[in-house]
Amino acid sequence: MAILRPTTAQELCDAVADAAASGRRLEIRGGGSKAAIGAPREIDLLDMRSFAGIVDYDPAELVLTAGAGTPLAEIEALVEGEGQMLAFEPFDHGPLLGATAGAATIGGVVAAGVAGSRRVTAGSARDHLLGLQAVSGRGEAFVAGAKVVKNVTGYDLPKLMAGSWGRIAAMTEVTLKVLPRPRVSTTLIADGLSDRAALAAMSQALGSHAEVSAAAHLPAAANGGTAATLLRVAGFAPSVEARCAMLPELLSGHCLLRRAAPDEADRLWTAVRDASPLDEPVLWRVHIQPSHACGLTEALAPLDVRWLYDWAGGLVWLAGEAPADAVRAAAAAAGGQAMLVRAPRELRAQVPAQHPRAAGVMALERRVRRAFDPAGVFEGGRFLGETDAD
Amino acid sequence: MSIQMPEPDRSVLARRDEIVAALRNIVPGEGVISAPHELRPYESDGLTAYRQPPMVVVLPETVAQVSAILAWCHAQGVKVVPRGSGTSLSGGALPLADAVLLGLGKFNRVIEVNHADRLAVVQPGVTNLAITRAVEDAGFYYAPDPSSQIACSIGGNVAENSGGVHCLKYGLTTNNVLGVELVLMDGEVVRLGGRQLDPAGLDLLGVVVGSEGLLGVVTEVTVRILPKPQTARAVLLGFPDPESAGACVAQVIAEGIIPAGMEMMDRPAIHAAEAFVQVGYPLDVGALLIVEVDGPAAECDHLIEEIARIARDNGATTLRVSTDEQERLAFWAGRKAAFPAVGRLAPDYYCMDGTIPRRRLPDVLRRMEEMSQRYGLGVANVFHAGDGNLHPLILYDANLPGELDRAEAFGNDILRLCVEVGGVLTGEHGVGIEKRDLMPDMFSEADLKQQQRVKCAFDPDLLLNPGKVFPTLHRCAELGRMHVHRGQVPFPELPRF
Repeated sequence: MAILRPTTAQELCDAVADAAASGRRLEIRGGGSKAAIGAPREIDLLDMRSFAGIVDYDPAELVLTAGAGTPLAEIEALVEGEGQMLAFEPFDHGPLLGATAGAATIGGVVAAGVAGSRRVTAGSARDHLLGLQAVSGRGEAFVAGAKVVKNVTGYDLPKLMAGSWGRIAAMTEVTLKVLPRPRVSTTLIADGLSDRAALAAMSQALGSHAEVSAAAHLPAAANGGTAATLLRVAGFAPSVEARCAMLPELLSGHCLLRRAAPDEADRLWTAVRDASPLDEPVLWRVHIQPSHACGLTEALAPLDVRWLYDWAGGLVWLAGEAPADAVRAAAAAAGGQAMLVRAPRELRAQVPAQHPRAAGVMALERRVRRAFDPAGVFEGGRFLGETDAD
Repeated sequence: MSIQMPEPDRSVLARRDEIVAALRNIVPGEGVISAPHELRPYESDGLTAYRQPPMVVVLPETVAQVSAILAWCHAQGVKVVPRGSGTSLSGGALPLADAVLLGLGKFNRVIEVNHADRLAVVQPGVTNLAITRAVEDAGFYYAPDPSSQIACSIGGNVAENSGGVHCLKYGLTTNNVLGVELVLMDGEVVRLGGRQLDPAGLDLLGVVVGSEGLLGVVTEVTVRILPKPQTARAVLLGFPDPESAGACVAQVIAEGIIPAGMEMMDRPAIHAAEAFVQVGYPLDVGALLIVEVDGPAAECDHLIEEIARIARDNGATTLRVSTDEQERLAFWAGRKAAFPAVGRLAPDYYCMDGTIPRRRLPDVLRRMEEMSQRYGLGVANVFHAGDGNLHPLILYDANLPGELDRAEAFGNDILRLCVEVGGVLTGEHGVGIEKRDLMPDMFSEADLKQQQRVKCAFDPDLLLNPGKVFPTLHRCAELGRMHVHRGQVPFPELPRF
C-alpha cells in the first residue's frame, strides 16, 4: 500500500492521470478519521494534507476559502475567534470510530457530507459548500461554484462533491459559507419521555415560533436510565429568553421542561453528536422522515438494539447486532436509508456501508461518477456493490 | 440580439406533421397545440427580447405521458424544451424552431401537506405562492420568494434554483427542496432525494436543482416548509452615498445579524420608485437601505435597535422604523415597484443579475457609472445587499436602431466586471441563453467540459433544452475521450512526494 503525497495541483493531476492510464486505483485521504467506514480494502492512498491552510477569510463577506487538507479544528478555531461558525456543525468522526479527535480535515468533512445536530434547521455540508477546486479522475484540474454566497452560474457541482466520499474528484480547495455564531445558546430538557411523546414534542417545537435550532432525544436505555429530550434555542439574548418562554406552554400537553446547566447541555449534545452512549461494535445511522422514526425503532426493538434520535427524529443512531437486512428493510419500509457507520471488519466485508438505491438511480449515479472518473481511479472498493468500473 | 441559437434541423422540420400526430397519440384532445396563432403565447419567456415560436406545444397531464413523450422524442432524435410558467429572465424556456415545447402547466395539484414533518409534496406546475397558500392555515410557509412568485412555478424554481429577497437567511430553492421525481430524456422515471434529509448516494438532486431544464423534466417536488415568522419589521435607512450604506451592511453582518432581507437602491432607482409610488423615500440621499428582520417580537425589537445604532454609526441621514404592518409594506412598495418604476424612465429596460463580493460594491458602482457614460445609456441599481446580488437595470429604447445591441453589450460588460472582482455572472436568474456566451469569462474550458460531461450522463444525445447554458455544444463522445499524456510516466516509483 503506497501513499502518494502530492504537494501541488500539477503533481496531483500527474498522479491521478498516471493511475488512470495504468489502471491503478487511489483512495483520496485527508486525516483518515473516517477510514474505518466502508469495506476493508488494500489500496494506494492519495494523501491530501499538503493542500492545507487558509486561503481567504473575510468575516463580513461570510465566506471562507481553505485548502481541503486543512484540519477541521483549525478552521473551527479561526471562525470562532471571529464570532462565526460553520453552521452545519461538522464533527470529527475519530472518537466515534475508536480513534482520537483532531485528524479530520475540512475536505473529508465535506466529502462525507458530515453535519451535526443543527443540520435539521441549518442544512448540511452541501448547503454551505459554495465553491471548490478539484482534480477529476481524468487528472484534470477544474473549478466549480464560486467564492460568493449567492450563485447559480452553471451546474451546482459543489452539491455533487459534498457527500461523494471522494469518488468523483480530489478536492484541493473548498469555499464555505460561514455564519454568525449565536451569542447565547440555551438548552431546555424534558426528562423521562417515551419515544413517541418525545418525537411529538420535538415536531411541535420545530413547527413553532420558538425557532428551535436543534432537537434530540436520548431514550432511557441510552442515558443512564432516564430519557432526556433536548431542545436548543440560540440567538441574541432577548430573543432566546422570549423563545424559551414560549416552549413550556406550547408543550404543556407533552412534558415539563427545565433549563439545562451549560455543562450538562454540552455533555448531552456531545453524546448525541458522537452517539457515544451507543458503544456497541455495530452502529448504524438511519435517515428518515421524523414521523416514521418511532415505527422504525419499535419494529427493530425485539432485535436487541439501542438507539437515540437527532434532527428531531430525522436521524436515528441505532446500535446492536440486529441483522443488516432487518435494519435496511425497516429503514426502506419507512422511506428512509440506513448507513453502516461502525462495524467489525468481517461485517464490513459483507454489508455495503451505503444503503442501496433503486436500480435506475444507481445506474445514473454510476454514469455521473464516470463523467468525472472514466477509468474508475477513485473506485477503491469501499462501497460494496457499487464499483464495477467499466 | 447577439445570441445565436443552434441551426434548426431541416429533417426534423420536414417531419412536423408526423411529430404532431405522434404527440396526439400520447396526449389526446387539446393537449397538443400546433396551429401557428396558438403557438404565439409560447414564443418567449421573461426575456422578451428573444422570440421563437416552437414547432409544437404539448401539455401532458400525467407522468406516464411525460415519459412517453420524452421516450418517443428520444427515439426519434427530436429536441425538447421544458417550460413551467415561462417567467425565466434568462431565456431558459425560449423555444427552438425544431423542438417540442413541453409545458408542465397542467401539473397543478398539491399532493400532500405534512405539517408534522414540515414538508409538502406538489406537482411542478403549482406556483411558488400557491405552496404557501396550501400550508399557511397551520401557520407555515414556503420560504424562497422570487419576485415573480404569484406566477412562477415550483418546477421552474427547481430548474433555476430561484432565490428571492429573503434568501440570505432562508436559502435558495436548493436549500429548501427534499426530493423530486424526474423523467430522463429517454423516458425513465427516477426519484432523487425523498422525504428525509441527506439520502444515500451521490447528491444528484443537488445538481438537478439549478440545471435549467437540461438534465430532466421534474414531475413532482417535495419541499420543506417553515413556521411563518411571528412578526416582521423593517427599517428604512438613507445614506449620503453607497459607500456608507455598504459599510453599514458589512457592520450589521459583522455584528452577527442576518436580516431576513437587506435591499439597497441607488439614487436613480430611489427617484424612479418614489415618482412611481410616492411612499416617502428620501430624495436627498445617495443610497437607500431597507433592512427587514423577522421572528418573535422580542427579537425584532432588539435587532431593530441594533441596526439603528449601526446605521447611525455609519452616517445614516434618514432612519425610519416601521411601526405597523402598513408602514412596513410601504417601505417595500417602492422597492417592489422598482422595475416598473425604472421602466417609466425609458421605453425599455434590461435587468442584469450578477453577484459580487460586497466589499467591492463602491468600486463596481463607480465603474458601472463610467460604462453608463461610455454607452450613453442610463442605469439604475437595486441590490440584494446582504448577499452581494446586483440587479442593474439598463435603460434603452428598442425602437432606436442598435440600442438593444448596445444595452446587451453594456450588460455583458457589467457581468464581466462582476467576474473580474471575484463574483459571478448570475446570482438567481440563471444563465439560459442570456449569459451563455459569457460562461468562458467565468469558467475555463476544462471547467465547462466537466459540467457538460454531467449533462452527458443524463442526456447523452443532447436533446433536452439544447442551446442553453453552454456556449459550445460538444458531442458527448468527444467529451468522454481521455487524453492521456504518455511518454514520460510521472510516477516511476510511487511514494515520490
